[in-house]
Amino acid sequence: MQDLQTLEKEISANIEAAVDIDSLEDIRISELGKKGRVSLLMRELGTMTPEEKKAFGPKLNALKNGLNNAIQDRKNILEAEILNIKLLSESLDISLSSATEDAGSIHPISQVMDEVTEIFTEMGFSVAEGPEIENDFYNFTALNIPEEHPARQMHDTFYFPKDEEGNRKVLRTHTSPMQIRTMMEGEPPYRIIAPGRTYRNDSDATHTPMFHQVEALVIDKSIHMGHLKWCIEEFSRKFFEIDDVKIRFRPSYFPFTEPSAEVDIGCSFKNGEVLIGEGDDWLEIMGCGMVNEKVLENVNLDPKEYQGFAFGMGLDRISMLKWGIPDLRDFFAADLRWLKHYGFQALDIPSLSTRSSTIKGSK
Amino acid sequence: MKFTLSWLKTYLDTDADLGTISQTLTAIGLEVEEIIDPTEDLKPFVIARIEEAVQHPNADSLRVCTVNNGTETIQVVCGAHNAKTGLVGAFAPSGCTIPTNGLKLKSTEIRGVASNGMMCSERELGLGDDHDGIIELPTDAPIGASFAEYVGANDPTIEIAITPNHQDALGVYGIARDLAAAGIGTLIEPDTSRVKGNFESPIRVNIESKDACPVFAGRYIRGVKNGPSPQWMQRRLTSLGMKPISALVDITNFLTHDYARPLHVFDADNITGDLTVRLSKSGEKLVALDDKEYTFDDEVCVIADDTGINSIGGVMGGAGSGTYQTTTNVFLECAWFDPIRTAMTGRKHGIESDARYRFERGVDPATVLDGIEMATRLIIEMCGGEPSEVVLAGDVPNISKVITIRPERVRELGGVEIDKKEIIIILERLGFTVVDNGKTLDVTSPSWRCDVDREPDLVEEVLRIHGYDKIIVEPLPVSSRDIVTGLSPMQRRMRMAKRSAAANGLREVVTWSFIASEHAKLFGDLSPSLILDNPVSAELDAMRPNLLPNLITAAGRNGDRGFKNVALFEAGNQFANDTPEGQSYVVAGIRRGQNHDRHWQKNSKDVDFFDAKSDASAILTSLNVNVSGAQVVAEAPSWYHPGRSGVLRLGPKNIMAFFGEIHPLVLKKLDVKGPIVGFEILLGNIPLPRSKSGNSRGPLKASDFQSVERDFAFVVDENVLAENIVKAVNSVDKNLIDKICIFDIYKGTGMADNKKSVAINVKLQPNDRTMTDEEIDTFSTKVIDIVAKKTGGILR
Repeated sequence: MQDLQTLEKEISANIEAAVDIDSLEDIRISELGKKGRVSLLMRELGTMTPEEKKAFGPKLNALKNGLNNAIQDRKNILEAEILNIKLLSESLDISLSSATEDAGSIHPISQVMDEVTEIFTEMGFSVAEGPEIENDFYNFTALNIPEEHPARQMHDTFYFPKDEEGNRKVLRTHTSPMQIRTMMEGEPPYRIIAPGRTYRNDSDATHTPMFHQVEALVIDKSIHMGHLKWCIEEFSRKFFEIDDVKIRFRPSYFPFTEPSAEVDIGCSFKNGEVLIGEGDDWLEIMGCGMVNEKVLENVNLDPKEYQGFAFGMGLDRISMLKWGIPDLRDFFAADLRWLKHYGFQALDIPSLSTRSSTIKGSK
Repeated sequence: MKFTLSWLKTYLDTDADLGTISQTLTAIGLEVEEIIDPTEDLKPFVIARIEEAVQHPNADSLRVCTVNNGTETIQVVCGAHNAKTGLVGAFAPSGCTIPTNGLKLKSTEIRGVASNGMMCSERELGLGDDHDGIIELPTDAPIGASFAEYVGANDPTIEIAITPNHQDALGVYGIARDLAAAGIGTLIEPDTSRVKGNFESPIRVNIESKDACPVFAGRYIRGVKNGPSPQWMQRRLTSLGMKPISALVDITNFLTHDYARPLHVFDADNITGDLTVRLSKSGEKLVALDDKEYTFDDEVCVIADDTGINSIGGVMGGAGSGTYQTTTNVFLECAWFDPIRTAMTGRKHGIESDARYRFERGVDPATVLDGIEMATRLIIEMCGGEPSEVVLAGDVPNISKVITIRPERVRELGGVEIDKKEIIIILERLGFTVVDNGKTLDVTSPSWRCDVDREPDLVEEVLRIHGYDKIIVEPLPVSSRDIVTGLSPMQRRMRMAKRSAAANGLREVVTWSFIASEHAKLFGDLSPSLILDNPVSAELDAMRPNLLPNLITAAGRNGDRGFKNVALFEAGNQFANDTPEGQSYVVAGIRRGQNHDRHWQKNSKDVDFFDAKSDASAILTSLNVNVSGAQVVAEAPSWYHPGRSGVLRLGPKNIMAFFGEIHPLVLKKLDVKGPIVGFEILLGNIPLPRSKSGNSRGPLKASDFQSVERDFAFVVDENVLAENIVKAVNSVDKNLIDKICIFDIYKGTGMADNKKSVAINVKLQPNDRTMTDEEIDTFSTKVIDIVAKKTGGILR
């Protein structure tokens, strides 16, 4: 018996001392292999008496199993060590940058159009588009701006050559012709916005010959200026992401609306920067009003039945305000440095659900 | 429109402060653009006398002055040539700030002599442009008193924007009238009583064209002595930014701005015979007061004597009959000219004048008779002379209108409840007369409100006085009929195309819609209808027929700034002609330089055809276009490299995209270095998905049987399109073939000169069984046979 214990101790010590898989395998073969010491003892069992067998057998089996387990355990440890050494040898310079595709970007004008569209479609508007080269009727006459009207001169219109009949097309000076096109092409009620390029022959520090506007038109049976005010407040709140934005309506004049108003937004002017939502200053953001009866008549709508509002807003202007872009002219310069700084990521698609805002409660 | 507070108060009796007046002006639609209140800025400046001025010991051009500011004497070094002993002027002590340049004065030493403060010029105090020496005041000016107060420079100037409908507010009187209606004080009426005429005017007036000029009041004043107008009038004109000229001229300018009443004063000695108001005859000429010669057609309203035209009615007088210092007899004109004709004349001849500005917007006809009396009174007061009786030709037109308003329309349009009584009060305060018919009001407009002619105009009048701030916010009601919201499929596509281009590494730009016609012509025919009559510059004279030229030149500019690799796109309209159908929405992009920045993991290479094709394909794929199912043909337009460009189309007439290398000659003409590749996606040509296909994607049909892959390499003639090999293979068994990809193209060693090897991988996916080796072999044989048949390709 003493022999088995001694043997176990000796073999276990050898197993523990094995430094690699090969020497461990050698131990397994020399002890548990066909001619191994433990195997030879097992073979001796056959020559023993039943009593001896009964006493010696289980112990020998236990020795064999114990050694097998010890070898397996040692093997696991050695394999883990080997793997570890291998993995360590595979270390990389993790400071190196991985290859990425060069980034693209979305222009602030597209971003602002998407934002405006998001806000107004949620209010039930659809989006209308139309020609940038307009004729006189849509751009002026139908909008109650006759040839001699002083407002025409304020428009600095771009003209195309006269045709045989003496008519000349113009580059639309505002998005308002879309009011006329919408009302002439469809049936009331109307609830549309029309974003797009507009043109005036004007070029200085704050004007560019091309700029962007968005027009809105709501015509139905009982629309009034309170609805207009709501619409603009809602828009301003959501667009500027300021819950308690201040809005001021001032009487103004546009030939195609009556009554007319200009809309100011509360802001402060600090260090040459405009901050929306604070301060006691005001900044004009749009013109609006109730669609002039004469315009409704021009598109064969009966002002006794239908009425509504329209507004027009500079998209370049509101993006400058929102994102703190100082110079309008840079919008159209295609300067990569500017595009990188002011551009938006492709996947930054405006969505109302991704912004938190406060919904006014009943109290 | 500019005026000073004290001027306004000549017509408005009010205790309201500047802030209240300013807020009210804006609230009633007379938007305050700027208020310049010099009171604070000019506070430190006092009247001081130079007690002694002596030559500076170290500088020829400087004098050392001892200045008495009323409380002490101070030493000041002064460089003005007129700094002399006894001069009384405006003194700025050390520590104060010069308003015009923001300079803070400090005690200092100038060339070794101490100087504490300075004597100021007009320009330094923002009182004028005079910088020719320091201000000289009368020697009896009170030393130590406020300079601003003494010269009346403490009068705030208010500038308001006048909308085209507010012709009534183009004079200070009219502004006061509107403020009074809004409850800010009481209107003070000017003295318009009749000045008695002492004789019959030797010049008579005959109106031939009553449409152009329904009424003309004239008056002869003899024995006037023209000279400078008094200080108060000069100061008011200066506050408008006008230069005082002489009393006779200043009076007309003054009344134009004071009472919105343009007038004209003729030198009566230069009028031959009587005056006739008539339409011009074609070819008639006049040198006007602006010294320019105008040649008229037969549409211009003119005032003529026996020798010819003296003045353009309502627009500008003639140089020949204007008044000068030597004028002794004058003929005063106070008339009413038709707004439309005045506007057309002014526009046709490009004449801007204060008179035109008012007449084309509509001058109050009632001021014809008042104005001639006011002007006469001022002329006699300032220039003396003896007035004739008024010569009145024609009749003062009545432009008042009667408009019926339903009081409830204020609520229905304006969104604010105002009761009928209040409506009547507001209208009456504004000068309207109201007859209450119970359910409706008959409202007669005053003579100064030619802009008001319909019910909504009255609603606006009531609202603006009641206050736009009282309009109650109300959410949009539910539409009275079903309406469609959201983006159209085309609009979704525009948005997706942009986002996809950006995701693909291109930066979006927005460039002018106009380009140089020279550049435009490189991109196809340029319709003459697209050339602007009045371009902003010669380089921007044509509407772009294509988006690429601006992108290419933008790449060039960025390249000049040191950006070697440029990848840009633009989405917008291009124009084939001036009709709405000629406008089409395109997404175009370019890449210049290398396909990406150098990186240790990737080889960068010059951009090539395949970069452009990849951009176009990626964008089209994002629009759910099955790009591999479309035709690719080498028929791109002339601005592309003929051998390295393609057209992606559904059929010969349904082109979805062009892409490829830009033609080197085009680049040369645009003066941009290549290589540049580009693409154009014609969004409007891509068929929209069938509208009723729904959102369901159908069940997934995935096969449980093993797929098989086989590689083939074929040697074909160099000019065989690889795509044709793929198409040939695909025709073997469309149901069985899951995917074919070309994974290698080889030319060179081991290959005949005009041959290439095309290696493809074919993946087979049976749906009902696992393929046997024999079946696979049979398939392979078919592939080899058909490729040989269709392309002449031989298995390598």
